Amino acid sequence: MTLPRNARFRIPEPGGRPGDTPHFGDIDIPAGGEVARPHASSAEQDIRDLPFTLIRTLGDDGAAHGQWDPKLRPDILRIMLRDMQLNRIFDDRMFTLQRQGKTSFYMKSRGEEALGVVPALVLGQQDMCFPTYRLVGWLIARGYPLIDLVNQIFSNKQDPLKGRQLPVLYSARDYGFYSISGNLGNRLGHAVGWAMAKAYRAKDDIAIGYIGEGTSAEGDFHEALTFASVYKAPVILCVTNNQWAISSFSGIAGAQETTFAAKAIGYGLPGLRVDGNDVLAVWAATEWAAQRARAGLGATLIEFFTYRAAGHSTSDDPGKYRPSDEADHWPLGDPIERLQNHLTLLGEWDEAQHEAMLEGLTKRVRSAIKEGEAIGTLGESKPSVKEMFEHVFAEPDWRVLEQRNELGV
Amino acid sequence: MTVMTMIQALNDALDVMLERDPDVLIFGEDVGYFGGVFRVTDKLQEKHGIDRCFDAPIAESGIIATAIGMGAEGLRPVVEIQFADYILPAYDQLVSEAARLRYRSNGEFSAPITVRAPYGGGIFGGQTHSQSPEAIFAHITGLKTVIPSNPYDAKGLLIASIECPDPVIFLEPKRLYNGPFDGHHDRKLQGWAGQSEAEVPDGHYTVPLGKAATVREGSAVTVLCYGTMVHVAGVAIDEAGVDADLIDLRCIVPLDIDTIVASVQKTGRCVIVHEASRYGGFGGELSALVTERCFYYLKAPTQRVAGWDTPYPHAFEWDYFPGPARVVDALKRVMEH
Repeated sequence: MTLPRNARFRIPEPGGRPGDTPHFGDIDIPAGGEVARPHASSAEQDIRDLPFTLIRTLGDDGAAHGQWDPKLRPDILRIMLRDMQLNRIFDDRMFTLQRQGKTSFYMKSRGEEALGVVPALVLGQQDMCFPTYRLVGWLIARGYPLIDLVNQIFSNKQDPLKGRQLPVLYSARDYGFYSISGNLGNRLGHAVGWAMAKAYRAKDDIAIGYIGEGTSAEGDFHEALTFASVYKAPVILCVTNNQWAISSFSGIAGAQETTFAAKAIGYGLPGLRVDGNDVLAVWAATEWAAQRARAGLGATLIEFFTYRAAGHSTSDDPGKYRPSDEADHWPLGDPIERLQNHLTLLGEWDEAQHEAMLEGLTKRVRSAIKEGEAIGTLGESKPSVKEMFEHVFAEPDWRVLEQRNELGV
Repeated sequence: MTVMTMIQALNDALDVMLERDPDVLIFGEDVGYFGGVFRVTDKLQEKHGIDRCFDAPIAESGIIATAIGMGAEGLRPVVEIQFADYILPAYDQLVSEAARLRYRSNGEFSAPITVRAPYGGGIFGGQTHSQSPEAIFAHITGLKTVIPSNPYDAKGLLIASIECPDPVIFLEPKRLYNGPFDGHHDRKLQGWAGQSEAEVPDGHYTVPLGKAATVREGSAVTVLCYGTMVHVAGVAIDEAGVDADLIDLRCIVPLDIDTIVASVQKTGRCVIVHEASRYGGFGGELSALVTERCFYYLKAPTQRVAGWDTPYPHAFEWDYFPGPARVVDALKRVMEH
C-alpha cells in the first residue's frame, strides 16, 4: 500500500508563549534512583537505553536514592551549596551593576549553577575545562579570585584580559579554564585536541567540553564527536540543555525528535542524560565519564537537562517569547534549593546556617565589587591602550609597531 | 646536500622535525599510511609511528579544531588540508580561534599550528583544485601566511613555520611540486634536477619568516610575486628585455616591507603578479603599500597581473592563468613611462 501524499514541513513551537500556562511538553521524569548505574567499563552497545532516560538521585523527598548516589560527605555537599550560592549572588549583583551602567554586558547562570561548580570539584587540577559562558561556577569552585572576575567584567586597568574581551568571556589557564569566545561551539573540538595531546604524552589528564543544546546544531558538534570517537579521546563532551537558545526553544535544535544524549549513539559513544539540577547526579555522571576517559575507554556525551531560569543576557527579555512564570513550573526544580533540602534532611544544615552563609557570601561579593569599583567601572578605568597591540602575535610585526606609533601609545 | 623536488624537500622538513621534536605530530586526510595524495608525508608514519603521522576524518574544521586544542596544550601539530580549496570549512576555526586565541586570552593560550595546503593552478584541476586563497588569510590579523617557490625555501620555511609560536598557513604551489614552471605550458616539462634552488641541505635549517628573496637584481622595475609566479615573472623579464628587480616575497604575513620599499624607491616602477583573482587580491595591498611609501619615486602607475575575476575555469586554464605574455605586457606598460 502506498502512503497518501502529504508532504509538509513543520516549524516546531514551544509548550507556551507569553500569556500561556507554562507547559514543557511530555517530559518523562523518572524518580530519583530509578535508573540503574552500569559499571563505568560497560560496552557502549549495552547501555543504549541511558540516553533516553534521566539519571536522578535526589527524590521529591529530598533524599538521595539509587546506584548513582555518589555518597558524598556532608562537607563536600556544603561546599557545593556555598559555591552555587556564591555564583548566584555574584550573578544577581553583576546584573544589577550592568543595569546601572557600570558594565556593558552580563550573563547569568541561574538554574545551571551545578554544571560549573560540580565538575570543577569532581575533576582534577590538571584537567581542562572548555566552557561556555554560563559556567563561571567552575572558576568560583576552583577558588578564582572574585576581584579578577569583577575587573574583567569592568574591563578596568586590572582586567586580567586587558580589556580585550566582552564581559564574562574569561580565560584562566591556572584554574583549568580555557578561553571563552562569543562564537559558540568552536571550542568543543579544542577539548578533543587537548585530550588527545594529554593522551599522546601518556598522561591521564582529561578534558571536559561544553556546548549548549542550541549550538549542538552546528557542525562543530558533529565534528568534535566524530574526532572524539575515531581517536578514543579522553574527553567528556557535555550538552547543557537549558531549553532555550536566546528565544529559540530546544525543539529548534531537534529536541522533539530525540534527546541530545542520544546523538551519542550515532558515534558509538556512551550517552548519559542527567538531571542537571541534581548535584549528586551531575557529580556521579561526571565521575563515571571521567573514570572511563582515564581508563582509556574514550569519550562520553552527557546531556545535562536543566533550565535557563534567567534571560539569555542583559540584552535579552525572555518575557517577549516565553511565559513570564515558566521558570516556576520547571519540573526539576532549582539546584540550590534541592541541595539545601537534602542537607537539611540529613540534619547537616539548617535555616540559621543558610542565612549566615548568605550573609557571608553577600559580604564577599560586595567587598569584591567595591574593590573593583575603586579601580574603576567600564569607561572610568581601562588598561593601557598599548595593550590593544599586545599578543596579536608572539612578537609584533612592523604593522603592529607602526600602528601603535601612529596612535601615539 | 641532496637534489630534491619540492615534495621531497617538504617531506624532509617534516622528517627532520618529527625526529627533532617529540611535540611535533602530523595529521590530515590520507596523510598516514598512504603518505598523502601528493606524497608529501610519504613513509613518515612507517618511520616515526602511527601516533606521529595519521589519517583524519574528512572534516577540515574538525582537523583545525583538534590541532588548535593540541597546540593550546603545547604540541606542535602540522596538519594537511588536501587542497587549499577545501580549507573554507575550517575558516571559522582559523579566523575566530587560531588567529585570536593568544590575543583574547592575554597570552594564556595560543595555537602554534602549521596548516599545510597545496594551492594554485596550472594542473587542470578546475574550480576546486586550483584556487589561490592567500588574500583571505592575509586579511586576518594573527595568522601568518607563507608561500615557498622552490625546494630549498620550502624546507627552510616549513621548519621555520613549525617552530613559529603563531599559527601559520603554509601554501604549497602544487604546480612547482615536481619542477619549476614558467607558464609556458606548451613547452617540455622541466624537473627540479639541475636547478640550484633544488640543492637542499641535509638536516635542520630555517629560512626566516618575513624575509623576501631578491631573485635577480635590476634597476628599471620591481616585480613583486610569490609561489609559481616567481618563475613566470623570471621568464617574462627575459622576454620583455627589462632590467628588473625580481622579489620573491616568500611570506605575505609577515611581509618584508623594507625590501619592497628599498627596491621600488630604487627602480621607480612596480609590477605585482599573483595567480589569485585581481579584485580584492593581495596585489591590492601591495599596490597600496607601494603608493603610500614610494609615491614620489614612482614613474609609472603600478600594474597588477592576476587571475581574472571569474571562478577558476577548467577548459580556459591558460586563458585565466596570468602567464608570461601578460606579465611581459605589464612590464612594457610600466616601461613606457
